Amino acid sequence: MTDTLTPILTQTWDKPMSWKLSTYRANGGYDGLRKAFGMAPADVMKTVIDSGLRGRGGAGFPTGTKWSFIPQDNPNPKYLVVNCDESEPGTCKDMPMLMASPQLVVEGSIIACYAVGAHEAYIYVRGEVAHVIRRVRAAVREAYAAGLLGKNILGSGFDCDIIVHAGAGAYICGEETALLSSLEGFRGQPRLRPPFPAVAGLYASPTVVNNAESICSVPAILVNGAEWYASMGTEKSKGAMLYSLSGHVAHPGQYEAPLGTTMRTLLDLAGGIRAGHQLKFFTPGGSSTPIFTAEDLDVPLDYESVGAAGSILGTKALQVFDETTSVVRTTLRWTQFYQHESCGKCTPCREGSWWLVQVLGRLEAGQGQPGDVDKLLSITGQMSGLSFCVLADGTVACVSSAVKHFRDEFEAGYHTPAWELFPYEKSTLWASDSASSPKRGAA
Amino acid sequence: MTDVTLRIDDVAVTVPKGTKVIRAAESVGIEIPRFCDHPLLDPVAACRQCMVDVPDAGNGRGMKPQPACALDAMDNMVIKTAVTSDVARNAQEGMLEFLLINHPLDCPMCDKGGECPLQNQAVSNGRGESRYGGIKRSYPKPTELTDILLLDRERCVLCQRCTRFGEQISGDLLLSLVERGAASQIGTGPSHEVSYFSGNLSQICPVGAITSADYRFQSRPFDLVSTTTACDNCAAGCSLRVDQRHGDVRRRLAATNMAVNEEWNCDRGRFGFRSQSDALTAPLVKVDGELQPASWPQALSAAAAGLKKLRGQVGVIPGGRLTVENALAYARFAGEVMKTANIDARARRGASAEEAGFVARQARGVGVTYADLETARQVVLVALEPEDECPMIFLRLRKAVRKAGLSVVTLAPVASPGSVKLKAKVVPTAPGDEVSALAKLKLDANTIVLVGERAGGLPGVLSSVEAAVQSAGARLAWVPRRAGELGALAMGCLPTGKGLAVDDMLAQAGQGSLGLVLGGVDLDDLADPMAARQALSKSPFVVSLEARPSAATDLADVVLPVATLAQQAGTFMDWTLTARAVEPVLSPQPMADRRVLAELARRLGADLGLPTYAAAHEAAGQLIAARAASARVPASPRQSASLVTHEGALVLATWRTLLTPSSRCLDGTDLTPRPATVVVGPNVASQAKLSVGLAVAVAGPDGASVTGPLVVDLGAAPGVVWVPDAPWAPGTVVTLGPAAPTTPTPNGQGGER
Repeated sequence: MTDTLTPILTQTWDKPMSWKLSTYRANGGYDGLRKAFGMAPADVMKTVIDSGLRGRGGAGFPTGTKWSFIPQDNPNPKYLVVNCDESEPGTCKDMPMLMASPQLVVEGSIIACYAVGAHEAYIYVRGEVAHVIRRVRAAVREAYAAGLLGKNILGSGFDCDIIVHAGAGAYICGEETALLSSLEGFRGQPRLRPPFPAVAGLYASPTVVNNAESICSVPAILVNGAEWYASMGTEKSKGAMLYSLSGHVAHPGQYEAPLGTTMRTLLDLAGGIRAGHQLKFFTPGGSSTPIFTAEDLDVPLDYESVGAAGSILGTKALQVFDETTSVVRTTLRWTQFYQHESCGKCTPCREGSWWLVQVLGRLEAGQGQPGDVDKLLSITGQMSGLSFCVLADGTVACVSSAVKHFRDEFEAGYHTPAWELFPYEKSTLWASDSASSPKRGAA
Repeated sequence: MTDVTLRIDDVAVTVPKGTKVIRAAESVGIEIPRFCDHPLLDPVAACRQCMVDVPDAGNGRGMKPQPACALDAMDNMVIKTAVTSDVARNAQEGMLEFLLINHPLDCPMCDKGGECPLQNQAVSNGRGESRYGGIKRSYPKPTELTDILLLDRERCVLCQRCTRFGEQISGDLLLSLVERGAASQIGTGPSHEVSYFSGNLSQICPVGAITSADYRFQSRPFDLVSTTTACDNCAAGCSLRVDQRHGDVRRRLAATNMAVNEEWNCDRGRFGFRSQSDALTAPLVKVDGELQPASWPQALSAAAAGLKKLRGQVGVIPGGRLTVENALAYARFAGEVMKTANIDARARRGASAEEAGFVARQARGVGVTYADLETARQVVLVALEPEDECPMIFLRLRKAVRKAGLSVVTLAPVASPGSVKLKAKVVPTAPGDEVSALAKLKLDANTIVLVGERAGGLPGVLSSVEAAVQSAGARLAWVPRRAGELGALAMGCLPTGKGLAVDDMLAQAGQGSLGLVLGGVDLDDLADPMAARQALSKSPFVVSLEARPSAATDLADVVLPVATLAQQAGTFMDWTLTARAVEPVLSPQPMADRRVLAELARRLGADLGLPTYAAAHEAAGQLIAARAASARVPASPRQSASLVTHEGALVLATWRTLLTPSSRCLDGTDLTPRPATVVVGPNVASQAKLSVGLAVAVAGPDGASVTGPLVVDLGAAPGVVWVPDAPWAPGTVVTLGPAAPTTPTPNGQGGER
C-alpha cells in the first residue's frame, strides 16, 4: 500500500535537521537549479509546461502556462511572488513543507525567476506563523551566504534576490491580487481584473504569482525531467501532490501521492477513521469546497474527477469528520471564519456571511425559525457567483453542500440544539467511547 | 477610436470601444441600479448592485453575471439587465436586500431622504419586504470627519466613492476604509491637510452617510426650489445648483457642467454663501456724520447732489464681483454720466498700468479652455497657485496629470501642497524673478501658460510672459481671482488715457480731491486696506452701492442697497473668456446695480441707455463680440524687472488661500482654513537660527506681523519666506524671528478657530 506514496517534496522531511541547507544539498538540493542554468529560460519554461504541473493553490491553472503569460517585451521589471499565505481551515500543506524543507521554495523561486526573466522574488508568508517565517528567512540567509542568491548565482551570471514578507493576518491576502496590494503596503483587498497580474501585477509590473507547493515542485521536475513528472497522476492532472488528512483519522498528516489517488486509499494509508467510528463527511480541498460523504470515497482526487463529482480539489485539505460531528456546528464555525475574513469590499460577501452566521447560530442553538433552512439556501444563492472574488463562493460552498447532504440536521435546529443531538465532547480526541455525557460541550 | 455594437435588453447599442456596459445602457435609456459606480471615478465593482446577465460575451460564450460598471462593452456582446433577465433581477434584488439588512430605517429624519439613490433604488429595484429579523449594526452617531462633514456610519453602504474621490480627484486622502468584513467602515485617512473639496463627498455619497454640518436637518429636498446658476466665488465659472426655501439659500451643490467643473466644486463655492438676513434693505444717508435710513428718492437725490458738486472730480471703483450687465452700467455711468476715465474694477493688489494693457488684450483673446488643459503636454504656472486661486483648474490639471500624462511646471517660491498633488516640477522662484525663471523654460506649441493675478504686482512679469508665449507659439491665459473681474474689464471698467487706476484714485481721494462711487468693494481686498479706509474718510463724497454692510458702509456718505447675486440675473465671464449665466434664485428681486445707477443717472439728467436687464445683457454681449473681433492691441512696451533687490534681505511670498480667514463669503460658515505656516528654505532657517516647528513671526514694513510654525522646504527659493494670506504684497521685504510668547486669552483659545 505504501508504494502509493511518492515522496518528492517530502523526501527529506525525516532527515536530521532537514531544514538546513547542508541537509538539502546532501540530498540532491540545487541540482535542479544547476540543470536549469544549463538550459535556456524558454526551455526551463517548456519543461514545466510539459510536466503538466498545475497550480497547487486551489485553482489548478497550469504553472508553466502561467509563466508564459509574462510579456517579455515589457520594459518594467518582472516579479515572482510566492503565495505562502496558507490560511484556509483544514489546509495545512505549505506550512509543514516550509518548516521541513524551506530550501525547496528558495531553489524553486530561483528557477522560476530564471524562466520568466525576473530578478526579484517575494515570498509572502502568512503573518501568524512566526516560526515558519523565521525558518524561511533563515533559509534565505543561508542561501545568500552560500552564493545561491544575490549576484551571479553559481557563476551563471544570473542575479536573483528573495524577500520574505510577513502578511498581517488576513485570509483574503491569499487571493493573488489582494496579496499584491498587501505586498505594496496597501489594504489587502482584491483588485479588478483586467489588468491581470501577468501584465500589471506588483508595482504595475508583470508578475507571476504561484502557490508555494507549485514552486517547490519545480526543482524535482528539472532534475528528473518533464516526462517523469507527467508519468504520475492522471491524463489531465499530472504529477504528485500533498494530501493533508486531518480530523477524525487515526494518523492525520501529509500524504504525498499521485493525483487521482482516492480518499479510500488515503484513508487506508492514514489508518482509517478513528477506532470505533464511521466517516460522516469530509472536505476534498479545504472548507471552501463542497463537502463529500462516504459515497464519494472512490472519487479519484484529481481536478477533473472531483469537479465532476460536484466539488473542487482545492488545496487537497481532507478534513475528516465522523458520525459524532454536528454538521450544523461545523458549518457555523466555517462560516464564522469567512465572516471574520471577508475583506468587506463587496456587498454579498460582507453582508451575506454576516447574515448566514446569524441564521446558523440560531439553528445551532435549536432556536431556528421554520423557513430558516430555505433562507440559508436563498442567502447563499444571492451570494454565489456575484461577489468580487471567490471568497464568498467558498462561504456558499460549505453551507449549501452541508444543507444538501444533511438537511434534516439543519431542520432539527428549529427545536433542538445541536449540542444535544451531537454532544460536542464526543467528537474530541480525548472523548472516551463509552461515556456519553448529556452536558453541553464547550462551543 | 473604433466603435463596438452590442445588444442590451435586445436593443442594439453602438458605443466607442472601452465604454463600460453601464454607460452603454444609459445611452439607450436603460438604467442599471448602482451605488459605487460614478462616471468620473475609476470602476471598483464593490457594491455589486449593477450585476447583469451576460449570455454572450461577444465570443459566443456566456459569462457568469458581471458588474456592468466594470465590464467593457464588446462587439456582438449580449447583455440582459433586470428588465429581461431573472438572473440579473434576482442578483439585483438580492444585493439590495443585503445592503438594507444593516441600513437603518431612518429615512424620515435623514437629510438624504427624498434624494437618496438607496431609497430610490430600494423602491424601484428592491423587494417589498425585508426577511432580516436580526439586530442591525450600529455605531455612535454622527462622527465629525471635519468641521463641516459628518459621518453616520450605520447608513454607509461602503461604496468607497468618498475614498476614491480623495485618491483620484482631489488628491487629499481625507478618508479611507478601516477594519474589515462586516465591521468595515469609513474612517479618517492619512492626510492631515484641510481638503478644499470635501463638500463633494456629501454630494457623491449615495446614501445619507456623509452630510454637511451646515445643511444637516435644514430642509427636505422636496421642499427646496432649485436653480442652476454660476458660482460667484472665483473666476473658474463653475455651474452651481442653488437650493432655496422660504426666501433664503439653504445649500449650494455642484451642478454638472462637463466643460468646466464636471461634477465637482470647491468648498468655498459650495459653502461660501451668506444668508439674506444680513442684506441691506434700505438706503442710508449720512446726516451729521451718522448714517440714517432713508427713502429711495431721498437717498438718490442726496447721491446725485453730492456727485454733482464734485464737478467731474470723481472715481468709480466697481470691484470684481459684478455681472457684466452691472459692470457695463458702471462703465457708462463713469464715461457718459460722470464724464470721467477714472474707472477701475481691479479693487485689489497689483493693479498696475502694465497689467491694464495686458488684461485689455487678454479680455479680447481667444481663450484657453478646460479641455485644452487636458490635451496640452505642458502647463506652466506663473504666479498662480491653482488649488487656492482657481480650484477647478487644479482639479482639471490633476485629472490631466493622472490620465493624460500632462506635466505641470510651476514658478513658485515653495512646493505647495497643491503642486505636490499635481506632481509639478517646482522652479524655485522668488516674487519678481519669474522673468528670468521663465527665460530658462522650454515652451512650445503644446504648452499653455497660466498666469495669475499676482503677476500684475510684479513689474515686467506679464510683458515677459506675453513675449515668451508669443515667440514660442504657446498659449496663454490670465487667471484672475474674482468672478466678475474679466467681465468688468471687458465692459471697459479699466482706466484709459489719463484715467486713474484704483490705487491712484484712492491716493487722490485720501488727499480730499476725488469723490468715489464704489460698487461692492471689500476694502480688505485692496493693496493697503488701512490707507483705503483713510481715503474713504477723507474723500469729499462717497457713494457706495452694496448688498451687505461692509467696512465701506460706515465711511460712505450715501449707501444704496443693491440686489444680492441670488436676487438677480446676469452674466459672468470666467477665465476661459466664456459667459456663465447667473440665474435669479430668490424673489422678490430688488434693484440691481444697473437699475440703481440708471436711477442715479436720471437724477443727474442723463440716460444710461440700459432701461431693462434684457437691454443691458444685449449691449454687453455686443460689446464682447465687437471687442473680440477688433484687432489685437499692440504689445505694451517691455518693462524690465524693477523689483528692488535687497542684498541679503528676506522677500515675502504670499497668496490668498482658498479658505482665507479674511474672506467675507466664508463668514458664518464652519469652514476651517489651512493652519498658517511660515515656509522658508534651509539657508534662511539656519541663518536666522530658527528650528523647524518653532513659532516664528514674519514682520512687515508697517510693523504688523504674521505668526506660524516654521516649516523648512528644501527646495524653496533662496531668500524667500512664504506665509499664507499676508497683509503685504509679494516682494515686500520682511523680517523673520521667533514669535513673541503669546499671553493666553481668558478663554484660552487665542484667535484659533
